[in-house]
Amino acid sequence: MEFRFTEEQQMIRETAEAFLREQSDAAAVRRAMATEQGFEAALWDELAGNMGWSAMHIPEEFGGLGLGAVELVALMEEMGKRLLCAPFFSSVCLGATAILCAGSEAQKTALLPGIAAGTARAALGWMGAGRDWSPSGVALACARHGDGWRLHGESHYVVDGHTADLLVLAARLPGEGLRLFALPADTAGLTRTWLPTMDQTRKLATLTLDGVQLGNDALLGLDEDAAEALQKALDIATIALAAEQSGVAQQVLEMAVAYTKERHQFGRSIASFQAIKHKAADMMLKAEASRSAAYYAACVADEALRGGAAGAELAQAASLAKASCSETAFFNAGSAIQMYGGVGFTWEYDVHLYFKRARASEAFLGAPAWHRERIAQELGL
Amino acid sequence: MKLQFSEEDERFRREIAGWLADNLVGEFAPLRFRGGPGDEHMYPEERKHWERRMAAGGWTCIGWPQEFGGRGASIEQQVIFHEEYARAGGPGRMGHIGEGLAGPTIIAFGTDEQKARLLPGILAGTELWCQGYSEPAAGSDLAAVKTRARLDAATGRWLITGQKVWTSLAHESDWCFVIARTDPESIGHAGLGFFLVRVRQPGVTVRPIEQMTGTSEFNEVFFDDAVCESGDMLGKPGEGWKIGMALLGFERGVSTLGQQMLFQNELDEIVRIARENGAGKDPDIRQRIADAWIGLRIMRYSAMRMLSGGADGSLAREAMSYKLYWAIWHRNLGKLAMDVLGPEAEIAESAPYGLSRLQSLFLFTRADTIYGGTNQIQRNIIAERALGMPKEPRR
Repeated sequence: MEFRFTEEQQMIRETAEAFLREQSDAAAVRRAMATEQGFEAALWDELAGNMGWSAMHIPEEFGGLGLGAVELVALMEEMGKRLLCAPFFSSVCLGATAILCAGSEAQKTALLPGIAAGTARAALGWMGAGRDWSPSGVALACARHGDGWRLHGESHYVVDGHTADLLVLAARLPGEGLRLFALPADTAGLTRTWLPTMDQTRKLATLTLDGVQLGNDALLGLDEDAAEALQKALDIATIALAAEQSGVAQQVLEMAVAYTKERHQFGRSIASFQAIKHKAADMMLKAEASRSAAYYAACVADEALRGGAAGAELAQAASLAKASCSETAFFNAGSAIQMYGGVGFTWEYDVHLYFKRARASEAFLGAPAWHRERIAQELGL
Repeated sequence: MKLQFSEEDERFRREIAGWLADNLVGEFAPLRFRGGPGDEHMYPEERKHWERRMAAGGWTCIGWPQEFGGRGASIEQQVIFHEEYARAGGPGRMGHIGEGLAGPTIIAFGTDEQKARLLPGILAGTELWCQGYSEPAAGSDLAAVKTRARLDAATGRWLITGQKVWTSLAHESDWCFVIARTDPESIGHAGLGFFLVRVRQPGVTVRPIEQMTGTSEFNEVFFDDAVCESGDMLGKPGEGWKIGMALLGFERGVSTLGQQMLFQNELDEIVRIARENGAGKDPDIRQRIADAWIGLRIMRYSAMRMLSGGADGSLAREAMSYKLYWAIWHRNLGKLAMDVLGPEAEIAESAPYGLSRLQSLFLFTRADTIYGGTNQIQRNIIAERALGMPKEPRR
């Protein structure tokens, strides 16, 4: 049984842990989150350019390192622990994965090396204004127009959509399903609006497309329904997000335990009270369970990326991991505030940053109930 | 990181699955899916016979080292064994306390003479064991045991007096291992001994406890100058706590992982009923079934993580949360079963109090979060040992 990180994967993980502890400390997170851009260029250049993180799951022939989803998940877990403010989830997990799942060889060759090197940052837009995170929720419209395409409408909740260089957008072709397009951020007719968010550590934008005209080369893959490719990309990104949530869950557990050990009331450390210990034990129980779910899902995503047999479980793996990790991250972050007591409610202490990230990620790409319903359907209910 | 078992392990899986398919037939066919938790009182004679069939096939004590008659099976293979056993509907094992608890403890702490004399009966499925730990005043606080052991200087025998409780299978057993106080002045962990006592003797009385299920798997066992022969103490006086705790380490080990297949059988039945009776259209039931499915899958991957953790067979720190996780999951499953059945959940199978499998599940799972360390004790263990939070004040 080798359901554990290999030595190489463990090394990636430890390197990330050490790097982020230094570079994504509370001061760095608070600096980045206060800006509209949401990240510091120097840090991004370091982790994407020098450390090669954005190249992790991109195949070597497209300028990547040719590793897989397990490595991606290992990084995301560490990023979650430190609330890294960087366009990694948007550009690598969502953008690059969508291109990997939908693009032609020529498009992958053209688009992925820049993302892998961190010199181009991608973002993926597919949501309409509603609550449907699946491909059926795409509201942006496209139509054939001469030799190319015309896009009209809005794409909502686009992570880092206001700062990305390259936008991958899903659009609905009436009666013919979905199409995915890749377009530069400076395309005429495209307006990008940054939205202030409750979780300031991850930035969202609305994209408005007013009759945007694109050549046929902007269409990712063939002129056929892209719903399946989009779903696959979303499921892989969902697994990456779940791993990040499990990192959040673990970190707030450790923070809260450390705090309660230091905090004295009634003449003893409050960590010695069973009321506190049992809360911490429940947090650990959930954190361990969610980590198991995220690692399993990573193995499935790995197979899905490589076209292996177990990749058929991708949808249920994504839903299992997302439902579990979302609940755990929110439960643990909420419990941590309670364990900190009054100071947990202050801006000064960092626990609210984790609580807000947990809330935002819980909803993003589908809340637990939505994913459980997807599983119920898979079970034939 | 990979999810698969090795090819060698898969060969082992085919071997045990094939043996079970060939042997769990004929006279043993009625035992399929019987005798598990909540049903342990069923078919005792047939299940003893089945133990001997297992032994003849070389399928008892597979995790023991080869020098003591086992197969020296790896942890992976032991899990596979338990999985396939449950998948095939293998009956609740009458010999599991000897195989999983008494045997490994004798191997770890016994003399060569004790090993040579006591292990073969466990291997052969002919000598059954039960566990004498808890007492009426020593439950979660096990170190509060009051049962006394007095050395008879003339014969070298120990004479045991006291009461044990919650003793599974005592009425079917040949042996009981007993933690008792050798030093009457002692309190707490000190002054305890670990005794191997024959159940069938005048000084031992077994009285079944009628449970809320109407059935009796657990017993009270009374010792009234019961004899422990001079060579049947394990370790020395004062070592009882150390040996007793080591034994609990075996209990929390690999055998609990195989139960997931039993859980899968139960969940499958609940899903089937929900599809048939329309409960599966209820949004709340759909959510809870999906949640149960997620929880069971997580148990599997957690088990696989634990198995991948240490090559020495020890389970990782994270394994401490496993009992708490499955106990809560299983208790919720019992309630879910009732809610899926709806009004039919109330109707028993037969008078006067013959419960269905799912009714027994519902009631018996209330014990899951109590025995083997209550949820509250488990949370203490997790907080103190895994998270390093300060210990409770203890004697």
